[in-house]
Amino acid sequence: MINKDYSHVINKIDSLAAKIYNDFQKTDVPFLQLPTRSKSNIKFDGKLNVWKYGENTIERSAKSLDGAYMLLRTMYLADFIKEMIKVNKSSTLREMYYISEGWDLAKFHSQNESNLLAEDLEVITSCMREDFKLRPEEDGARVIGNVTIEEMTRNNTKKKIHCQDDVGDAGYSIPYNVEPEKITFKGTDADFIVAIETGGMFDRLAENGFDTSNRAILVHLKGQPARSTRRFIKRLSDENNLPVIVFTDCDPWSYRIYASVAYGAIKTAHISEYLATPAAQYLGVTPSDIENYELPTDDLTKEDINALKSELTDPRFQDSFWKGEIKLQLKLGKKSEQQALAKYGLDYVTDTYLPEKLAEMGITRK
Amino acid sequence: MTKLTAHDLAKKQKEISVAEFFERNKHILGFGNATRALVTSIKEGVDNSLDSCEEVNILPEIYVEIKNHEDGECKIIVEDNGPGIVTKQIPHIFGRLLYGSRFHAIRQSRGQQGIGISAVILYGQLTTGKHAKIISKVQQDRPAVVMELAIDTNKNRAEVINRETVHWDKPSGTRVEISIIADYKRGKRFVYDYLQSTSIVNPHAQITYKDAEGEEYLFERTAEATPKKSCEIKPHPYGVELGTLIKMAKNTKARKLSTFLKTEFSSMGDRTTNAVCEKADLDRNANPKEMKREEFLALHRAFKKVKIMAPSTDCLSPISETLIRRSLKHETKEISPEFIITASRPASVYSGNPFQTEVGLVYGGTLPRDKPVQLMRFANRVPLLYQQGGCVITSAISSIDWRRYGFEQPSGKGMPSGPAIFLTHVSSTQIPFTSESKEAIADIPEIENEIKLAFRECARKVQHHIHKKVRRKKTREKFDLITKILPEIAKKSANMIDKPIPSLDAVITKIMDIVWIEDLIEYEKVSRQPVQTTIIPDKESDNTRSEGTITKSKIMVVNYKHNSQKFNLYALIPKDAVVGSVEPKPAKIANNYIKWNLGTIPPANKVDVSFELAGLEKGDFDENDLYVENINPAFVIGADKWEGD
Repeated sequence: MINKDYSHVINKIDSLAAKIYNDFQKTDVPFLQLPTRSKSNIKFDGKLNVWKYGENTIERSAKSLDGAYMLLRTMYLADFIKEMIKVNKSSTLREMYYISEGWDLAKFHSQNESNLLAEDLEVITSCMREDFKLRPEEDGARVIGNVTIEEMTRNNTKKKIHCQDDVGDAGYSIPYNVEPEKITFKGTDADFIVAIETGGMFDRLAENGFDTSNRAILVHLKGQPARSTRRFIKRLSDENNLPVIVFTDCDPWSYRIYASVAYGAIKTAHISEYLATPAAQYLGVTPSDIENYELPTDDLTKEDINALKSELTDPRFQDSFWKGEIKLQLKLGKKSEQQALAKYGLDYVTDTYLPEKLAEMGITRK
Repeated sequence: MTKLTAHDLAKKQKEISVAEFFERNKHILGFGNATRALVTSIKEGVDNSLDSCEEVNILPEIYVEIKNHEDGECKIIVEDNGPGIVTKQIPHIFGRLLYGSRFHAIRQSRGQQGIGISAVILYGQLTTGKHAKIISKVQQDRPAVVMELAIDTNKNRAEVINRETVHWDKPSGTRVEISIIADYKRGKRFVYDYLQSTSIVNPHAQITYKDAEGEEYLFERTAEATPKKSCEIKPHPYGVELGTLIKMAKNTKARKLSTFLKTEFSSMGDRTTNAVCEKADLDRNANPKEMKREEFLALHRAFKKVKIMAPSTDCLSPISETLIRRSLKHETKEISPEFIITASRPASVYSGNPFQTEVGLVYGGTLPRDKPVQLMRFANRVPLLYQQGGCVITSAISSIDWRRYGFEQPSGKGMPSGPAIFLTHVSSTQIPFTSESKEAIADIPEIENEIKLAFRECARKVQHHIHKKVRRKKTREKFDLITKILPEIAKKSANMIDKPIPSLDAVITKIMDIVWIEDLIEYEKVSRQPVQTTIIPDKESDNTRSEGTITKSKIMVVNYKHNSQKFNLYALIPKDAVVGSVEPKPAKIANNYIKWNLGTIPPANKVDVSFELAGLEKGDFDENDLYVENINPAFVIGADKWEGD
């Protein structure tokens, strides 16, 4: 087992309990303060180069019923984490949700509620979910490329895995813990990382041998990427000095995938500096590509249009590239998929599209 | 072609009998189609029965039955326990149109023109050719009379076809059996509705209804006394027409104009009489019999120019809010409404005719939320079933913006939608119906205004109710918070850092920061005489009642503020209730409220207040209406600001 020092976590949790206790002692109505976790309250942190929560805070006070329930749940959750640390166990977020069944008044009514509170607790204590011994449900995304990873296995032995030679077609699976005590990078021979939204495109690039022909490390994002995937990309990029390009569908939801990789997600802005890779660049598919490559399209739905409009007011999308592309897409009224490139044949994406785009971006030479 | 002369025409000119006229114009009387004919016939019979019972102070017990034959013929039977009709009068009452006792009297009654029941008999005769059968018994120890009647439409007289005496178990009463052509299938729903509605505004009546399928329905009595008897009044100068004025002057016994005015009209005292005479430039000693048309015209005009006191309103017999509430409650039991609200206006006057408006509102329960509200319209205790669109009640309700009272109403006009029943009762010596079939009240601005005022009051109470509910709910949540959640938070935080559980009192008063007033109403059956009732009970029913209900109201006042509180508390009570014991000693008991000067209540302490009411039935008073004074009402949950008497 990985032995990690959790004493700072226990300290944080105890000081939280003490804060509430002292409020009672001072005859104040107990409350906790935390940043507003919304689009309107994220600011670019020039030092860290990522988007973090701004100055706006909300108060969870026992004055209101909702606030009081929230405080009670926070106390239960904190106590539960303390207990897990003590007995050296961990649980999934879903297990935690079910465990709350036994918390009487403090029990959660949906898993979304418990997930949000776990995030709140991270924000309040400035610890990470991993510190709380809580794991996500989602299974890890996949990696194929010329990189060797040393992983601490369940048997407490270190195992080296080469992500081309030692893996099958499905690639290397990213574990939920990607911190140094779990995995380390033992050498790469690649020029850049490609983060790919869909499994279909990941498999296409793998089948076409893009990782070897273009000296690329392919990472499958599986839609909105899990924390571990984002953290993995960040470490892989930082520690090996590799540029990251993000290759997604051409719709508003895909731009948010890119934003969470490059800028930091709104929900996890408190730990953006751990998760985001500021140097990640967006490759496509862009609305301009729809026109330039004459790609097959679908009409934007009402939800798509609203999401695009919302992105126009999202502080993360305020540069000229995104504003231009989003406005263009709204004008076109169309969206497209990565796999629409198959219109020109199965090899078109690896033989023509990617090389052209990569050269344009200055990652490779034409 | 010979030229016709006036003499030739004169041969064709003859009197038209009233009966003949109505034979051709039966739609005017509500016999327009076979569905309407059924309801109208029942209605005329029941109205007559109720009127006759009330005139002699008998609690009405009415039996209605319909027998349906396949050929579209229905036999309708209406039987009552009223005084009966003396044999000699039976042919006149049932066989002549425009014959009756109430036409000339200015007071509130259901029927007036004396058309109703004879028109039904006439209609039956026209459509089936059958005779009507009347049974009547006037005295306990006498036999009853059975009479078969037909109407001679030429002469407007009844023909007695057959007459017998029989034994009848009833002490007294009248039974009418009339065969008519009617659409039973379509009409039966309206008959039920009519009888149910009638029962609501006549809580003193018991109505049994047996439909053609043999199903029996009982609309129970909810008030044990006949309504206050309305008395006759003299015409008011504002309402009299020139022709009537001239006719009255011709027939008067007075020899002086001033005496004529003072004795034959209501609200005419010495001062008003002099003022009228002066304005009309007439000698107050003039002989009214010798006055000329121009002089009458001047007098008639002078009436309008002088301020004359409104007529006395004891000629009206409103139902009373308590009884409306009680009947609505009884009849809407299956709906299980959230609340019932009533409002009544003081009597008012239009063109010299006194009238009064009472309204009731049933809200919530299983009533549909997305449908227009149901209207129940009544005039002088008679349900109005048709022509809703043309009625002043409808236009008054439609002109109120109901949106702010929690109803749906596109553009704030028209019939609102929501889970509610709106009841309106207009009583008057002269209901201004739009037509002879008496189905809608005409658009009289004074009446419309009174209905609007009554409903506004109701709507305010609805809003108040909803607002109170929301506030209470919020405070209940706070109670949950301080009694359950807060102690848990304290316990958990203390356990986590191994410390004793902290005291919560100060935090609790900080969170609540209010004075909480909670109340409860209980009823207790007692075997003693109720001290007083709404309606003037007749001696007989007063003696037969051996038990009553005591309504007990308990109020708890808790100070959850962090400093002591001292204020006055008011509890509204029905005007017709009698106050029993009151704890603690009240500062004042008025006819519609009780006032307490509550002593200083320290933080986290409570005071119990209670009072007893007699003279009400269970459920008549089911919610306290509490007010406070000398405290910021925003600090108080469960009572509102006292605005004065």
